[in-house]
Amino acid sequence: MPIIHIDNKPYEVKEGKNLLEACLSLGLNLPYFCWHPALGAVGACRQCAVKVFKDEEDKKGRIIMSCMEPVKDQLRLSVDDTDARNFREHVIGWLMTNHPHDCAVCDEGGSCHLQDMTVMTGHSYRDYHFTKRTYNNQYLGPFLNHEMNRCIQCYRCVRFYKDFAGGKDLDVFAAHNHVYFGRQEEGTLESEFSGNLAEICPTGVFTDKTLKQHYTRKWDLTSAASVCQGCGLGCNILAGERYGAVRQITNRFNGAVNGYFLCDRGRYGYEFVNSGQRIKTPMVHHGPADKANGIPVLQHVHQRMKPGKTIGIGSPRASLESNAVLKELVGEENFYLGVSSADHDLVSLSLKILEQGPVRSASLQEAAAADVVLILGEDVTNTAPMLALSVRQAVRRIPVEDVINHIHMPAWQDAAVREAVQDSKGPLYILNVQETKLDELAKGAYHTAPDNIARIGFGVSHLLSSKMPEVKGMSEQGKAIAEEIAGVLKAAKNPLIIAGYGGGSEAIIKAAANVSWALRDLGIDAMLTYTVPECNSVGLEMLGGHRLDSAVDRALNNEVDTAIILENDLYRRLNQHRAEKFFGKVKDVILLDHLYNPTAEKATIILPAGTFAESDGTLVNNEGRAQRFFQVFAPDSAVQESWRWLLQIADINGHATLSGLQHLDDVVSHIAHAYKKFEGIDKLAPHADFRIAGQKVPREPHRFSGRTAMQANVNVSEPRPPQDPDTALSFTMEGYRGEPPSSMIPFFWAPGWNSVQSVNKFQVETGGPLHDGNPGKRLIEPHANGQTPFYTEVPEPFLPLKEHLLLVPLYHIFGSEELSVHTPGIAERIPAPYIMLHSEDAKRLQVTAGYLLHFTDNGHQYTLPVIINDTLQEGVAGIPVGLPGMQISEAPQLIKV
Amino acid sequence: MEKPLTQHIPASGAPLHLKEYEAVGGYAALRKVLQELTPAEVTDKVKDANLKGRGGAGFSTGMKWSFVPAEATGPRYLICNADEMEPGTFKDRWLLEGNPHQLLEGMIIAAYAIQATQGFVFMRWAYKEAAQIMNQAIADAYAAGYLGKNILGKNYNLEMQLHTGVGRYMCGEETALLNSLEGKRAVPRAKPPFPQVSGLFGKPTIVNNVETLSYIPHIISKGGDWFKSLSYTADGGTKIYGVSGKVNKPGAWELPMGVTMRELLEEHAGGMKAGYRFRGALPGGASTDFLTDVHLDVKMDFAGVAAAGSRLGTGTMVILDDRTCPVGFVHNLEHFFAQESCGFCTPCREGLPWTEKILYALEQGQGTYADLEQLEMHTKLLGPGNTFCALAPGAMEPLQSALKYFREDFEQHIKEKKCPYADHTHR
Repeated sequence: MPIIHIDNKPYEVKEGKNLLEACLSLGLNLPYFCWHPALGAVGACRQCAVKVFKDEEDKKGRIIMSCMEPVKDQLRLSVDDTDARNFREHVIGWLMTNHPHDCAVCDEGGSCHLQDMTVMTGHSYRDYHFTKRTYNNQYLGPFLNHEMNRCIQCYRCVRFYKDFAGGKDLDVFAAHNHVYFGRQEEGTLESEFSGNLAEICPTGVFTDKTLKQHYTRKWDLTSAASVCQGCGLGCNILAGERYGAVRQITNRFNGAVNGYFLCDRGRYGYEFVNSGQRIKTPMVHHGPADKANGIPVLQHVHQRMKPGKTIGIGSPRASLESNAVLKELVGEENFYLGVSSADHDLVSLSLKILEQGPVRSASLQEAAAADVVLILGEDVTNTAPMLALSVRQAVRRIPVEDVINHIHMPAWQDAAVREAVQDSKGPLYILNVQETKLDELAKGAYHTAPDNIARIGFGVSHLLSSKMPEVKGMSEQGKAIAEEIAGVLKAAKNPLIIAGYGGGSEAIIKAAANVSWALRDLGIDAMLTYTVPECNSVGLEMLGGHRLDSAVDRALNNEVDTAIILENDLYRRLNQHRAEKFFGKVKDVILLDHLYNPTAEKATIILPAGTFAESDGTLVNNEGRAQRFFQVFAPDSAVQESWRWLLQIADINGHATLSGLQHLDDVVSHIAHAYKKFEGIDKLAPHADFRIAGQKVPREPHRFSGRTAMQANVNVSEPRPPQDPDTALSFTMEGYRGEPPSSMIPFFWAPGWNSVQSVNKFQVETGGPLHDGNPGKRLIEPHANGQTPFYTEVPEPFLPLKEHLLLVPLYHIFGSEELSVHTPGIAERIPAPYIMLHSEDAKRLQVTAGYLLHFTDNGHQYTLPVIINDTLQEGVAGIPVGLPGMQISEAPQLIKV
Repeated sequence: MEKPLTQHIPASGAPLHLKEYEAVGGYAALRKVLQELTPAEVTDKVKDANLKGRGGAGFSTGMKWSFVPAEATGPRYLICNADEMEPGTFKDRWLLEGNPHQLLEGMIIAAYAIQATQGFVFMRWAYKEAAQIMNQAIADAYAAGYLGKNILGKNYNLEMQLHTGVGRYMCGEETALLNSLEGKRAVPRAKPPFPQVSGLFGKPTIVNNVETLSYIPHIISKGGDWFKSLSYTADGGTKIYGVSGKVNKPGAWELPMGVTMRELLEEHAGGMKAGYRFRGALPGGASTDFLTDVHLDVKMDFAGVAAAGSRLGTGTMVILDDRTCPVGFVHNLEHFFAQESCGFCTPCREGLPWTEKILYALEQGQGTYADLEQLEMHTKLLGPGNTFCALAPGAMEPLQSALKYFREDFEQHIKEKKCPYADHTHR
């Protein structure tokens, strides 16, 4: 490793880095704006100036920008040099000439990189005495506030939005000291990743608009490490609370998962926690439980749990702990997976393939490093948004590797590399039922029915390995596509195959498995990513249980008196007809959930279940990575974790194995011992008795204010702070002030670094893993030496049927997920329900766009307006999944029109 | 005295048409190149002549060409920088309007030397007449077989296109020019990588000035020794010099490299107008340091002007007289530079408007001594290396030298709380 001399002290640093990265990785404080570990360097802001010297004799040196200069052995530089310090101070002086100095009323105040860097450089006196330039701000939609006067023109926003995330509607306009960052005209930012601007922007130009509705300074937030509930990817988040309401979600860096970014569903979908529809007290017969004959609510539950007649229905959006406790409480034979048949079939098949096959599931980070990507039947931008961001990075990998050798530039030299790359892209192939946002990056994007997608997938696998089944009767076009894809895959080193629940087709999932296995057979280090619908779909499926349909059948046979439903709305799992029948037969429904929903209407007893923000627990993501989320705040109501309710019920019941379990550690270690596949989940985070220097880790920062005043209108004496018996975190500001273990970091904050940029201080090196590793543990590893299985059932080609349409599911980042739609901003972005038709089908049906089409799906009458999209194959129709007010459809299926 | 670049430009100001150009030996150099010389030999000839770029930086043209990596695959580009926007500079316009084929021939030879298949003339938006003339010349050259496929029947192809900019000074900087040509914002690029390695659309690209390229046919035809012999100094060739300001005969002249400022001012520009006294000059355009009457015997070549503390730049002098306020003069320049800053890097984007505002305040009688310190500070902090490109350092050259040579004028503005030049016309 090269040695560089910083202020005459030798340091060993990593090759290939720039000097700014080297300095920051060494823990030195060197201010910067335009550089970002995920975006590289462009040298625009001139803030990271240092002096370099030719040799020991050179006392004069010259100022350079540390972000633009590669590490070189024996290089001599000075951070502390007077000229360099003076220049850095003046850079802030320049940036401040037009800055409004409105920190007091700025949402960024207290977590502002510009504030931090200003203090770091020592700039404190304003020499500029002329007028400031001002700008008009724009309305940018429900997620982001725009205040251009604060802009310091670091160009990070456009570099993230356009270059990194592929957005088209944010740009830089005008020139000189009037450059403007915004949209061509006011309007909602279109990118699914727009919310990251709030973190990318080093000051208060782009700020979180949902935070603004219930604004709190960073220092006044009670925060904890959490895991996003928005989809199956398990992105790491930090959630902050004050006065019993979650105020903000920010990124929690995890180098193996989401890195520095989140999607907008994940960032903004939290407001259901604060919803007026929250269930806050136990209810019996829709009245408060304490008024129900004076019997404690759990006695009501106990009385209704007749052996052999009580079933439990789990949930893919509930923690592993809650599901496992419910399963044990009702007994294995009485535990049902609270997921639709379609989702169950797709997820259990995906899981089986990952558990038994020889190919590794890819983390988001590994996906971003793939050299070839094949997506089968999945619109990842809508089904697993952050995976789309990974794919966007993956397509750059090969061209970047190519050009850095030609132009002799390191990959972090972002502008030079992008210039040399131009629009050349690595191979990405997409087969989907309709166009997707990623199509623009694809070498090939083909749109056809699910069975045809599967057939091409099978065709590819056969071309790769003759062990795989041959596809009979393949069209010439299909053959050509398969040949092209197989040819590219054969030359790949670490290709990624993506499929999942979005395609709604088991055949596609099998075809994806075959392709990856065939590659593996060729000795190619292929990876496989299956998307799953919900945050704990994989955990629930691993835990195991019976199909929900069997529960309905059992109820219809009058064999169910009581159903305990865990964090679930069965109307999203069963079609309305079946759900009504089920509820008609079950005498007592005991529901544990967060929000009043149609299932709650049917419940005899409702127990207020904590959301992610009021609970501790474990989730398993699509990769098979188990991750711990921590309770953010102690609710002032009866709300508690579902697993805690269930343990209390078990206690009253005198349950043989669950009685006596009380705290998170008890439950987690119980599960870790009971299931081989969950071994190690008790080591995901330190236990409740963990202490550093005898202290817990505080959820509140040392600048937390108003603690004694917050409840003073209620009671002037300061109440005893809530205790946390479950984790090594405290709910107060007291505790250890140093760096906690990475799995439980409640907020990123370091001396002099108050903003999110302080994450540098928690990493082994800038952009690298957190100090004691990226949190989480993979529970699924491939069977490296196992036999390669393969699927042989190639579906028949899809041919349009007269009078029929094949209904396929279409997912929406805003609208298809149950809880995030309760955020008003997200609600604004939900499309109106529709049925999507090919224009030829529309012509045949004599309908046009906007026309209301009536059809029946499994006994349910639909009336939906038509939209036309000719990227659908003729004979295929799409309907959106899960939009509020839409009945579930068992798509894909043929419907008669 | 030989004037290879301008000798054939008709006195009428009308362009030299293709037939006329051919009649005086035009395209013979190209013929020679395609028939007799390998690309490397062409480059060597230009290297031998030690032709230095006439755009302002003065870098060896042949050396520049030789940096195109031999192994580079894909297209290569040859670009003529005809975005002449340096205030006080109008030398390229003379060549563009007067002898377009001389430039084209130079470009074709240069393109051949680097094996480019596409050439662009990137021309200043305001040069409407030159653009028309150039378009006609390109069309005529295509028709005559000097451009297109199999030029002069040889196995060499070159396409040529005129591109007119939108009038940004920044585009004169070669990397910003490339971005602009690609349809991107005209912001400069970091070097390395140099355009020779990763230029237009990320491909090897050479950008040369009009005057530089116009010299190529002559160097090919007559050789490096002839070229060197034209000059008074070590920097070879003739140079187009210009003078503007309160002189009797402002204009541009092709003269041996290394004439003195005095010769230019007194012999060619006819001396100062009656009633005006010489106070100083920007020797090479707006972005060069002032020289004063003590420098009048400085030789106008790259080394000579540098030794006097300024730059030869474009070789077109802007004269400051005794009835023009130096503060107002510099304010006018800084107004231009602040406006033309691309806005990419902080010191230039924010620093230039600051200096402009201070200079305006001084002119309004609202300046302070602290303001002078601010100006001094900016001239130091906006130096080369501190900013992303050379625009701001260039902008600081007239300011720093004005503060040095005309300090008493600045102080007088502060003391008298007004501009002492009653008849000054600058803002």
